[in-house]
Amino acid sequence: MADLTDLGVAALRDGFRAGDFSAREAADAFIAAVAAGKPLNAFLIETPDHAIAAAEEADRARATGEFRPLSGVPLGIKDLFCTAGYQTTAASHILEGFVPTYESTITARLFGAGAGMLGKLNMDQFAMGSSNETSAFGTVLSPWRRSDGGNAALAPGGSSGGSSAAVAARMVPGATGTDTGGSIRQPAAFTGISGIKPTYGRCSRFGVVAFASSLDQAGPMARDVRDCAILLEQMAGFDPKDATSLDVAVPAWEASLSGDLTGKRIGIPKEYRVEGMPAEIEALWQQGIAFARDAGAEIVDVSLPHTAHALPAYYIIAPAEASSNLARYDGVRYGLRDLPDGANLQDMYAATRAAGFGPEVKRRILIGTYVLSAGFYDAYYTKAQKVRALIARDFTRAFEQCDLLLTPTAPSAAFALGEKSADPLAMYLNDVFTVPASLAGLPAMSVPGGLSAEGLPLGLQIIGRPLDEQGVLDAGLAIEQRAGFTARADRWW
Amino acid sequence: MSVDLPTVRKIASLARIAVTDAEAEAMVPELNNILGWVEQLQAVDTDGVAPLAAVIPNTLRLRDDVVTDGDRRDEVLRNAPQAEHGFFAVPKVIE
Repeated sequence: MADLTDLGVAALRDGFRAGDFSAREAADAFIAAVAAGKPLNAFLIETPDHAIAAAEEADRARATGEFRPLSGVPLGIKDLFCTAGYQTTAASHILEGFVPTYESTITARLFGAGAGMLGKLNMDQFAMGSSNETSAFGTVLSPWRRSDGGNAALAPGGSSGGSSAAVAARMVPGATGTDTGGSIRQPAAFTGISGIKPTYGRCSRFGVVAFASSLDQAGPMARDVRDCAILLEQMAGFDPKDATSLDVAVPAWEASLSGDLTGKRIGIPKEYRVEGMPAEIEALWQQGIAFARDAGAEIVDVSLPHTAHALPAYYIIAPAEASSNLARYDGVRYGLRDLPDGANLQDMYAATRAAGFGPEVKRRILIGTYVLSAGFYDAYYTKAQKVRALIARDFTRAFEQCDLLLTPTAPSAAFALGEKSADPLAMYLNDVFTVPASLAGLPAMSVPGGLSAEGLPLGLQIIGRPLDEQGVLDAGLAIEQRAGFTARADRWW
Repeated sequence: MSVDLPTVRKIASLARIAVTDAEAEAMVPELNNILGWVEQLQAVDTDGVAPLAAVIPNTLRLRDDVVTDGDRRDEVLRNAPQAEHGFFAVPKVIE
């Protein structure tokens, strides 16, 4: 039998149904791949017991002809999702040892659909970062290496870097990610996989460790567009436990998937042509435009005039919300407690938070605290929310002229670890193409479009109207079919 | 607007994060660098624009006024660094 870890979500599901292999055989193959992949540091904890239990249940049910949507499919779960009985840390020391007594809605849905969990995936601490270097438990290494003969360790992207590395290295067929400003799309682009951030409110945030609540949205990361559609269908849906959850039906995205874009108008926003963008990113974009045209789409030029202001607005809004959300880590209810001798309650809070948060998390909490403080609230936070309104309005106007937008996902291929970590601003600039759609709550996806001169994956981003995940997935499929991206990272680990 | 050392100390205190002298000093240029960069937003004309709070129109729902949960004291306390007699325990607050 061929290596089962070569199979993605659809192939595993279908192969299991056809009786080509048992769910247990598939689970065992991936458990072995996870164990062999330790040098990548993609997993914080491995949970083979969970994957095996789900597989054995699937095998038992198969005997009676009972199939659930994800029977036979083991997954990796980003460590931002609370999993009952399994440690959940958000890759921070402050939550080390925290074992939730409840299940996030997303993982409950996935497990209810028959999926098992292979482990909890490493990430940037509290999802703050674009390279995975802010994890308190060590950086994730991308499975990719440049073809220049050098052996530089590359960033798997962030914050869902454990998810992207695990999918790209064939340790999991698919994984959950979360995206606040690009944390699904940018790591997907860096590692040559697909990932979709759905419309804000499609996926419940209940039980997902909060970063910036008006932006956070979960989504799937997988090897191709169809696998993303399958997983998203099981993740999405109304949840009364999340006040921002949208009470709308979940379409049958997989069944409706079509790479034919006839009649679709695809907008090319001229403001995404940023200064200093590498020529190969521009060339990739032109290639994507050619793919879309070949699939039947009409290409139209559109303008999103406030694009340049999205990033600074994001770096006010996200830290402001983070400073509020992360106030709950105080050493009282869960996680770390640092109680110096003779300390009072206030000292305990300050000592606990100083010891438990990493430098990037502290930096963002301080920025957020400052912009929300008396005297500065209107100048920073209210101003940023007004700019956010203008950015959302730009998209509304653009969507009067087109159905979807096509842009590069990131301004470069994966960079080397350490290359940007000393300069927070340089790191933030990496999210320039993904943040605007996040601020507007729009569905957006990254699919591999080609390789850089150094042999590294480059991603194309498709942005859709609110709730038009189908349009986004269809355009993603059209590009995937034409890009014929089959490159894989050489196995060096 | 820019921050100085006393401001960084004040923010850190508001954020309940203990900082050493060296950390606070290092934070001054870092925060100023970021704040200087976001300053560019002041140039955007936002006259008459309402701040955006909810990105996707959604009406707030009221749930039925019934008890949905309860009797979970042990679960609630299970992850506490210190719990005594069914309560979270903290250093003495009142003398």
